Amino acid sequence: MDLGNAASLSHFLPELLLTAGVIVLVVADLIVRNKAPLGDLALIIAAGALVLIAIEPAQRGAWLFHRMLVFDAFGLFFRALIALAAMVAVWMSIGSEEVCHCDQGEYYAILLASTLGMFLMAEATNLLMAYLALEFVSLTSYILTGFLRHNRRSQEAALKYLIYGGVASGTMIYGVSWIFGIAGSLDFGAINRALAAPGHLPVLTVFIALVLILAGLGYKIAAVPFHMWAPDVYTGAPIPITTFLAVGSKAAGFALLTRFFYPAISHLGAGGSWQALAGADWPQLLLVVCVITMTLGNLAALQQTNMKRLLAYSSIAQAGYALMGVVILTNDGIRAMLFYLFAYYVMDAGAFLVVMIVANATGREDIEAYRGLAWRGGAVPAVALAIFLLSLTGIPATIGFIGKFYIFAAVIRSRFYVLAVIGILNSTVSLYYYMAPIRMMFLEEPRGDETPVTFELWNYGLMGVLACATIVLGLYWTPIIAFADRSMHFFTGPS
Amino acid sequence: MTHPLTLITFIPLIGMVLILICPKGQEKFIRWIAVLFTLPQLLIAGWLYANFNTSTTSVQFAEHYAWIPAYHIFYFLGVDGISISMVLLTAIICFISVFASFTIERGERGYYALLLLLDTGMMGVFVALDFFLFYVFWEVMLLPMYFLIGVWGGPRREYAAIKFFLYTLLGSVLILLAMLGLYYYGATPTFDMVELAANASHYSMTFQRVAWIALFIGFAIKIPAFPFHTWLPDAHVEAPTAISVILAGVLLKMGTYGILRINFSILPAASHEFAFWLLGVVGTINIVYGALCAMAQTDYKKLIAYSSVSHMGYVMLGMAALTEAGINGAVLQMFNHGTITAMLFLLVGVIYDRAHHREIAGFGGLASQMPMYAALTGFAFFAAMGLPGLSAFISEVLVLIGAWRRYPMMTILGAGTAILTAGYMLWTFQRIYLGPLNEKYKGLADLTPREFFMLVPLAIIVLILGVYPHAILGLLGASLNHVNQAVLMAHAPAAAILP
Repeated sequence: MDLGNAASLSHFLPELLLTAGVIVLVVADLIVRNKAPLGDLALIIAAGALVLIAIEPAQRGAWLFHRMLVFDAFGLFFRALIALAAMVAVWMSIGSEEVCHCDQGEYYAILLASTLGMFLMAEATNLLMAYLALEFVSLTSYILTGFLRHNRRSQEAALKYLIYGGVASGTMIYGVSWIFGIAGSLDFGAINRALAAPGHLPVLTVFIALVLILAGLGYKIAAVPFHMWAPDVYTGAPIPITTFLAVGSKAAGFALLTRFFYPAISHLGAGGSWQALAGADWPQLLLVVCVITMTLGNLAALQQTNMKRLLAYSSIAQAGYALMGVVILTNDGIRAMLFYLFAYYVMDAGAFLVVMIVANATGREDIEAYRGLAWRGGAVPAVALAIFLLSLTGIPATIGFIGKFYIFAAVIRSRFYVLAVIGILNSTVSLYYYMAPIRMMFLEEPRGDETPVTFELWNYGLMGVLACATIVLGLYWTPIIAFADRSMHFFTGPS
Repeated sequence: MTHPLTLITFIPLIGMVLILICPKGQEKFIRWIAVLFTLPQLLIAGWLYANFNTSTTSVQFAEHYAWIPAYHIFYFLGVDGISISMVLLTAIICFISVFASFTIERGERGYYALLLLLDTGMMGVFVALDFFLFYVFWEVMLLPMYFLIGVWGGPRREYAAIKFFLYTLLGSVLILLAMLGLYYYGATPTFDMVELAANASHYSMTFQRVAWIALFIGFAIKIPAFPFHTWLPDAHVEAPTAISVILAGVLLKMGTYGILRINFSILPAASHEFAFWLLGVVGTINIVYGALCAMAQTDYKKLIAYSSVSHMGYVMLGMAALTEAGINGAVLQMFNHGTITAMLFLLVGVIYDRAHHREIAGFGGLASQMPMYAALTGFAFFAAMGLPGLSAFISEVLVLIGAWRRYPMMTILGAGTAILTAGYMLWTFQRIYLGPLNEKYKGLADLTPREFFMLVPLAIIVLILGVYPHAILGLLGASLNHVNQAVLMAHAPAAAILP
């Protein structure tokens, strides 16, 4: 189905709700004197978007707005995931000591606007639309990163993010222009047809175009060598925003990357295995990126002493694991990647939440602040952080293990043995730095001069939910894998 | 009893939950909750022992439920001759180690909760027959061990704990890869170990070799086989007494159990091929090298730790022999080493609690102060040396008889090491218990009733199995000979069937 503007709106309700939410928040900010309920309002809007996604009728899919966006199961998965990420970010913002001194209305409005941009990234089926959505997300992210106006690190992070982002998206749009030159169109379907057509394809030209586009996509998922911004930005941004960038923005990047590399420039063969089109030699390229990403992320994380920075490098490595699912060119791999991103959402958001709880109480983010946490009244957050970190390592019975299990299963099934071995060596290395905070919390004695971490219902509530989800979904994950299974469908036209 | 294996595995977990929610200020009940929830485990193990059918090779007390059916993952528990003795051993050692933990004073709630979680993990490994489930239990056990060593251990506990964790994790991720390979390249995708074993001939020889090596490294780290043994002395020296007892008594057996259960049963042809070099030669190195290292130690506990390395070598040698005597001796040795080494570590703990150090040279003449203690130590030492009439004698002799026909040189080395063992054991006994009394230790109290209660049951088991080994051997025979035959058979026609 190729829907026109008006007909598309019925599939566009979550986005419309977000847009309305942004306007309401901006207006409300001007009118009301007490800004506290604005956060709750934003939370309700994000939850509303999730509900609208959940009740969207299951069907084969359609092109929206004259083939600018596509509505399909794959996009639905990512929109749900991004909405969940936005909810966690808003929830954390309400409970954060850093954010409550900012302009609440603007902050939440931009946060929801960024969510809207990520939704569009997950749905774009035209390179121009993809680029616009990506830029929209980037611009809102720069503002959110620099939102702590009196904090120099936050300012510095925003500037770095802006500069790297500008270069990356400039490179990408240049690559897009090459693709336009080769295919004569920016529509994914048209690109696919052009590259699949027999005849003399300028393979090297296509390859260069792909590398240039990968710069923009790799920048969004923080893949090496486009990752340089991530540690600084993650460290400088307010913690809820760091979380949002780490789980939401990354998921949106994966959505766009997968949609571009799979339905646009590959074709689905028999038995759920994909093949790169003759003119587009991308699997090798992405394989190299994947291996360097996880290895470099893990090795760099080994020496970090700031928790946000440690988690930043860890999230680079995690993107590398998820990429393993992308590079092996099978539906199994895509499904594993989807599951992994969900698992990553639960455990990484949880880890950042505990970092925020500790930062709220002590005002510190370095590992030293966690010394003896379990023995000075912070046993509950300490245990929760341990669960999240072990899940990130991939220890059973946590959702992180199941995520890794599916990834490695797909890799082994496709007979990428070397990749599997590199992956497990990386997992083992990662244990060392994930254990560092755990060691600090449980094995070290408190010095006695640390600020105690006290109970706050709001943050502890979410932490409890995420920690339980990490364990429970690690023991019974059928609903999630079934959801990922249903979501493995790209709409590429009525067949 | 309808679900004995589920009960025996998860009863400690209920105890763990109760301990965690036990109200503040009631900490003295915690240890008794731990006792209360390991005792039924022991009783169920006894019941299993009484009701076990020794004449069949099939899986008994099986429980089979769908867990994640889409991926053919099942909740499949069961015991056969290979695992029943290990279930018994685990139940006994865990029960005793709870009493050995009574000296823990800091953070009791966390300690006992982790101990019970560890208990569940270990029991689960021995009763799980679904590879995925096995792997989950295998990994679940790592974490409590890390904390138990890391929080309640000695001065270098952090180093020892992370070293243990890293080594074992590296091993287990290799097992994970091999597991996935077995799943995908088999006749049908399945994690069911019984089914995998039944379709063993389906795998190509190249795959068998690669998977065998990956699994072997994973298990060898646990045994620990040379050269992966270096985590063991560190972990033992730093761990609290009860944890050392569990580590040596049960955890090390998981390595050899895994080789029997997975390498031997599922990859018989590769097992036949690698038995000489990777089990026989490495096992012999373990025996000799472990004994030599033990002789050089000045720390009492480290000495016992190295003696474990040496004694686990006999298990590997017995398995390598691929004879009925050898493989039966190997599993009996696993059981016997579990009980004897548990005694030894408990005995080290007794003196450490009183003197607060473990330097062998710092003691002397303790026999005059603590006669009962010295007598039990003597008994345990003689058992470890393989004195006829005590349990280890039977198993080591079986191993050597089994290995003799195939590997005469290694058998001679293994048998000769008995002299080294006797040497370091007797020398240690002499330095600590005999000779002039170190004045510092005048007036040390002899064994308390609690310590007596922990040691004597183990001593009785050692004594009984020394004269009536059939009590355990009777359980093993049918299943072990079946596995052994499979390995021997896999070799002969291998060239014909497999490409």
